[in-house]
Amino acid sequence: MFGKLSWAAVPLHEPIPMITSVVVVLILLGVIGWVVAKGHWRYIWDEWITSVDHKRIGIMYILLGVVMLIRGFADAIMMRTQQAAAIGESTGYLPPEHYNQIFSAHGTIMIFFGAMPLVIGLMNYVMPLQLGVRDVAFPTLNSVGFWLTAAGALLVNVSLFVGEFARTGWLPYPPLSETTYTPGVGVDYYLWAVQISGIGTLMTGVNLVTTVLKMRAPGMSYLRMPMFCWTTLASNLLIVAVFPILTATLAMLTLDRYFGFHFFTNEAGGNQMMFVNLIWAWGHPEVYILVLPAFGIFSEIFSTFSGKPLFGYRSMVAATLFIVVVSCMVWLHHFFTMGAGPAVNTFFGIASSVIAVGTGVKIYNWIFTMYGGRVRFEVPMLWSMGFLVTFVIGGMTGVLLAIPPADFVTHNSMFLVAHFHNVIIGGVVFAVFAALEYWFPKAFGFRLHPGWGKAAFWFAFVGFWVTFTPLYVLGLQGMTRRLQHINYPEWAPMLYVSVAGVAILVVGVVCQVIQLLVSIRDRDKLRDVTGDPWDGRSMEWATPSPPPMFNFAVIPNVEGEEAYWGIKTRAIETQRLGPEPVYKPIHMPLNSPVGVITAFFASVTGFALIWHIWWLVILGLVCAFAGFVWFAWRDIHEFEIPAEEVARIDRARRAARRAILERVAREQGKPA
Amino acid sequence: MKLIPSCKPGASGAVSAAAAVATLLLGGCAGGVMDPKGPVGQGNRQIIVDATLIMLFIVIPTILLALWMAWRYRASNTKAEYLPYWSFSGRIEAVVWAIPILVIMFLSGEIWIGSHRLDPFRPLESDQKPVEVQVVSLDWRWLFIYPEEGVATVNELVIPAGRPVHFSITSSSVMNTFFVPQLGSMIYAMNGMVSQLHLQADQPGEFRGISGQFSGDGFSDMTFRVRSLPADQYAGWVASTRGAGPVLDQTTYAGLTRQSRDTRPFTFGAVQPDLFNVIATRQAPPGPGPVAQYGRETTPASGEN
Repeated sequence: MFGKLSWAAVPLHEPIPMITSVVVVLILLGVIGWVVAKGHWRYIWDEWITSVDHKRIGIMYILLGVVMLIRGFADAIMMRTQQAAAIGESTGYLPPEHYNQIFSAHGTIMIFFGAMPLVIGLMNYVMPLQLGVRDVAFPTLNSVGFWLTAAGALLVNVSLFVGEFARTGWLPYPPLSETTYTPGVGVDYYLWAVQISGIGTLMTGVNLVTTVLKMRAPGMSYLRMPMFCWTTLASNLLIVAVFPILTATLAMLTLDRYFGFHFFTNEAGGNQMMFVNLIWAWGHPEVYILVLPAFGIFSEIFSTFSGKPLFGYRSMVAATLFIVVVSCMVWLHHFFTMGAGPAVNTFFGIASSVIAVGTGVKIYNWIFTMYGGRVRFEVPMLWSMGFLVTFVIGGMTGVLLAIPPADFVTHNSMFLVAHFHNVIIGGVVFAVFAALEYWFPKAFGFRLHPGWGKAAFWFAFVGFWVTFTPLYVLGLQGMTRRLQHINYPEWAPMLYVSVAGVAILVVGVVCQVIQLLVSIRDRDKLRDVTGDPWDGRSMEWATPSPPPMFNFAVIPNVEGEEAYWGIKTRAIETQRLGPEPVYKPIHMPLNSPVGVITAFFASVTGFALIWHIWWLVILGLVCAFAGFVWFAWRDIHEFEIPAEEVARIDRARRAARRAILERVAREQGKPA
Repeated sequence: MKLIPSCKPGASGAVSAAAAVATLLLGGCAGGVMDPKGPVGQGNRQIIVDATLIMLFIVIPTILLALWMAWRYRASNTKAEYLPYWSFSGRIEAVVWAIPILVIMFLSGEIWIGSHRLDPFRPLESDQKPVEVQVVSLDWRWLFIYPEEGVATVNELVIPAGRPVHFSITSSSVMNTFFVPQLGSMIYAMNGMVSQLHLQADQPGEFRGISGQFSGDGFSDMTFRVRSLPADQYAGWVASTRGAGPVLDQTTYAGLTRQSRDTRPFTFGAVQPDLFNVIATRQAPPGPGPVAQYGRETTPASGEN
């Protein structure tokens, strides 16, 4: 009846997962109870869960990413403390079967359910606003994509309470991940969680590529797009190109595990290295899927806070597209130690180093963006400077790892671990924090408290280096990754220093939580009434904060690079706004529950597949399909916002803009 | 003066102090890859040091430039010129593209030469005939077969100092990486495949050996001891090992393939000829994986569903 599922799957005798389960369930019940008791249920369902507004979906993506970032960070704390505790005779507090799940979950969650939702959420929120349009190309598909990602995240977290997670690393290399060596449900949780969210990611990729290619405001030619839109396009082109490889590779491993195929097995002609090649053919471009939008974020921030256009815009576009192409030709550098031969290793070594050319150009362009500027060290700018310093060093160790003979002694070592955290934390995570600080006032109408933001930055920056510098050293001392137990006591001092670094990072996280709470408390003081809190340059700052559902009352006509900067300068020069436009009714897409319902049944199907509950698999699939057809099949899919309503909202915006003009005039000592 | 951190005391105080700092930063002398004991490891280290110096030559000025630029053009510095529309300079663009391209061209040469010179499959130059050692990674131990000597060891690798060793490496089950950090390059152990590796220890000594690829619950303690002995002692070790202890044949090998966390080293006094070939061509069954229930597994192990 319930396949492999029984009460034995619930870890009643293991305190860590059990206490976590109980706490999480209590928090969930508390939140749901509060929502129901306060009567917010209707609002949450109508305005958020079924919303097809790209801004709402973007915020939900970011919320998911932040929660998963905290979950992944908890795993990281356990890994660092376990290694510091389990030296020599001591075995620490996590047995291998538990520790191995933690590092597997840490990687899986951080990449698929932390970094990806954060980056996709930011692209979702910001890109249509920057392009001067009202929504993405396929708003309902957007909702489906988000909820499928959330379904994957749900499955990963259910594995903590029911059964187990994979113990095979964040990329389950066969034959270890085959049923012979890992018979439990852990790898199956991994497979179905990643597959379901991968479908969501692919949908988002198609959606955002289409949006950039087909939905720009009139006059917004490709070479007038803000840099962040370019990197969004680049990142999503990569998603469309490589996520199918991930899907196919994991599908083959699934066939191996469920139906006794032998793509990657030891028996019957299977070849494990096929998996390793294929997974990295997706895996390396994935790194750039994450870091290209980060580069876009930094481009926006360097330009805005220097009070200047981005230096070498076309050069930046070229470097971005160069990275897109070359990133698909470097996958073998993840396994030089396979023994492919010097010619193959040379090719992939040089190709990998060549990517540093594109990145190097970007670094110099950001530096020269500051040249001749008026640099304001607001919190987003601090993150960006922290990034610049950190990422250059991460890039250097990356090029080092791309040299095959150097990789032969650092492959899979703590040096590698330090390197990729150096670029992912220094690049992607710093970018996300900078972006949240930068666009938060746009999304919520008030700034985040700058003092706590600065504290969070400094703790994160120092904490990062104290945590990961020792890991570089340990790597060169010959320490490999994923050790549950340390045999060599000489490594202890560096492991202790690393734990101290984690403690500093924890303080940084606490500062960010406090920053959010303080900012909500002081929201009236921090209110952004202008819609343009940072003296911005791209179209999102032309909207009020938060923007109305339709973003722009009238679709703007773009007349150059830095569209909003042009409008703003003209208004300041002429001391008045443009003439009031003729307001027309706006058609916006209707909300749809198709995403959440499909994703619910996708989760049920995934869970049933993991536990081999075949009747539930069929039921889940049928319901998912039926729900999809039922809710997607509708005659009316748009509603109209009347012209008067549009006019009312936009006149308020124009009033705020006039106030800016008057303030600027006063500051310049001219009569208003 | 060599720029490589050395374990030998430096010539002068300043040099030794600098060397001490560099040594600490680059991983110390404690048995790591920056303290190599053979030609391969020295080659690896040379490349790491060279490439790092080449890149630091660019990276340090870049970081300083970034910090200086941000400080010089801070909003409160009214002395700095303000160029609100300046966003392009062909000359700077040319330099900006040229610097990384030149560095990478330089490094590409290093990659090309290094990849060929330090190819793990490439025999080492030596007037001595290499020792043949066949390596099988087990769950979670290491088996070393000496086909010419007719002996085998588990979790202890004994080699003669100053003589090249030719390793043929395979796996009984899952992927592992054969790695002796102080001797240099690592390479995968893969079931059904044989990788080659040539290493040499210049002096007698003891080194750590590890698996550099996660392979399951017993992975952390899947370490082995490497003993490099003078030629005569090595010959003595072979003579005393041969004929003593059990025989390694397909039956005893099948026992070794079962998962075990017992990492104590032991030896076999005789080896079935051609056993390595039997293992590598999958004529011997691969490791059976878990036989008992581990952790929170809810189903007994089985090959198929």
